[in-house]
Amino acid sequence: MLKSVRSTIIMIHECISMSISNIWGNKVRSFLTVLGILIGVTAVIALITTVSGVSSSIASSFTSLGAGTISVSVAGSDLKEGLIKEDLATLTALAEVDGITPTVSLRAQITHAGKTSSNINVSGKSSYYFHLNEDIVTHGRELNFIDEDNISFVCLVSDEIVETFFFAVNPIGETIYINGTPFTIVGRFKEDSSSGIAAIFSGKSNIFIPYTTALKMNNSSTITNFTVYMAEGVTSDKASSALETAMDPMFSYEEDTYTITTMDSIEDTMETMTGMMSTLLGGIASIALVVGGIGIMNMMLTTVTERTMEIGLKKALGARSWQIQIQFLIESFMLSLIGGIAGVLLGLLLSLILSEVIGSTFVVSGKAIALGVGFSAAVGILFGWAPARKASRLNPIDALRSM
Amino acid sequence: MTTSHFFQMQNICKDYFMGDEVAHILKNINLTIDEGEYLSVLGPSGSGKSTLMNIIGCLDVPTSGNYILRGRAVEDLTTGELADLRSQEIGFIFQNSQLLPRLNAIRNVELPLIYAGVRPKERRRRAAAMLERVGLSDRMFHYPNQLSGGQQQRVAIARALIGNPSILLADEPTGALDQKTGRQIMELFKTINDEGRTILMITHDMNIAANAHRVVHIIDGVLTEGGSTKDA
Repeated sequence: MLKSVRSTIIMIHECISMSISNIWGNKVRSFLTVLGILIGVTAVIALITTVSGVSSSIASSFTSLGAGTISVSVAGSDLKEGLIKEDLATLTALAEVDGITPTVSLRAQITHAGKTSSNINVSGKSSYYFHLNEDIVTHGRELNFIDEDNISFVCLVSDEIVETFFFAVNPIGETIYINGTPFTIVGRFKEDSSSGIAAIFSGKSNIFIPYTTALKMNNSSTITNFTVYMAEGVTSDKASSALETAMDPMFSYEEDTYTITTMDSIEDTMETMTGMMSTLLGGIASIALVVGGIGIMNMMLTTVTERTMEIGLKKALGARSWQIQIQFLIESFMLSLIGGIAGVLLGLLLSLILSEVIGSTFVVSGKAIALGVGFSAAVGILFGWAPARKASRLNPIDALRSM
Repeated sequence: MTTSHFFQMQNICKDYFMGDEVAHILKNINLTIDEGEYLSVLGPSGSGKSTLMNIIGCLDVPTSGNYILRGRAVEDLTTGELADLRSQEIGFIFQNSQLLPRLNAIRNVELPLIYAGVRPKERRRRAAAMLERVGLSDRMFHYPNQLSGGQQQRVAIARALIGNPSILLADEPTGALDQKTGRQIMELFKTINDEGRTILMITHDMNIAANAHRVVHIIDGVLTEGGSTKDA
């Protein structure tokens, strides 16, 4: 028993080195055969890695937009268009709520010292926004609750505005005209680091003003969009039901007056979507693997026919049928494994390039690598089985007669 | 049972079926060979001598008749047991040496030991010793296409002997060689036989057959004793 195990190991070791020399001896043909598997595995790896990279980018964008935030959009009723400052104070006071930032934005014409820029995004911010984004202000001061209460005409400007209007001049203390109204610049802020996909949703703003001032500029007295920051350890379900309880009386229990959207629900939807995407794309790519497997089978069948004499000779020299079968099985296994490993490397390289182009995160998924290598090895054994069996069943006489 | 018989064939027949027709390749062959004998089977091509060699070499089984090799009835063995028997008892030499072109001389000689499960170091040592014995110690790492016909045949002889078989089966061992090289191979055969190994050689060449102790003739599947060349 021990002897037969040992001799099997010796055999398999020998088969591996023989199959490598056979594969190497037929470089061009082996390469062409391996190509099918290589393309299949490359496609599977590149697609899965890219999709998971993109989805993790999207997920982190959502997180940067606000982990643990809830957005509320108010449609209002006939009696009440939106929330007023006091309503916000009521909601902020809830135990489940850490703070609220209203979203008030306008597009404006900016004028300073004879220069004019149109279509500039101006955002109304609450002092709580600066509490959350402490290091956004690079020079000067933040907008605080006094500015809010006084509806002050003060603003923060982005680096882009500074470059356009204040070349080589310190902008702080200067006056800038927003839609003709003079504002005093009290500080500078840097671009929101969570740009990219987040910017598509939130819009890039170049000027921040107190939200109360923004409301006044829009000639409205109510807030229709705001983001709620949940207190620590509170689930989004619990927070949204607390918000509902507080907001229902504000709209006299009228239906469809507001919508609450939690980030969790968006993330769940995204996850399901990307999961479906990678399954679908992986499925399509694995067709290429099957085609590659057929290529291997074809090459192995040709090899068996070509090496009939070798098989007969080995049988005459005392090789048993299973030893011949193992030799051919190992050869097809090695062939597709080489394709699989090369495919994984190429696929990772391709998705690295893709992630640079798309601007998504590059995530090496161990699952995808295991899938690529495992699948190609399985293809080698599966499609190598029939040719190997054919070889092992050759009658040594018939095989020798072919010489 | 006589213990000195290496093998004993009784009424061996081999038929091939080609469609409806039956070709009787071997007809009632009775042949006995003793341990240490050097026998040659002489016959023209198509006489059935290769089929006979395949049956003796356990590559093929007879249609009818008994074949006892070293006390074992070959017709009762499974294909696996036949493979083991080939590996332990029989060394084959073919007409055109049949070396694997992608392996060098020493690797070709090692081949039977791989299937017998011998460790690489031991294999190498034995193959080197065997190549030295056939006079090729300076050609061990040459590939078949770098060797002359005679040298290739010597490698094939080394390969046939490496498993220490009790019989050497040679099918036209000099068929592809010139006269001078053929003579050298025959001298090597004589040395091998002098060491006590049984040899059975198949040939169509009377001069080559004359190297053996005993010659039998085969024509159209019928075997006739040709007597001992030693006595002549």
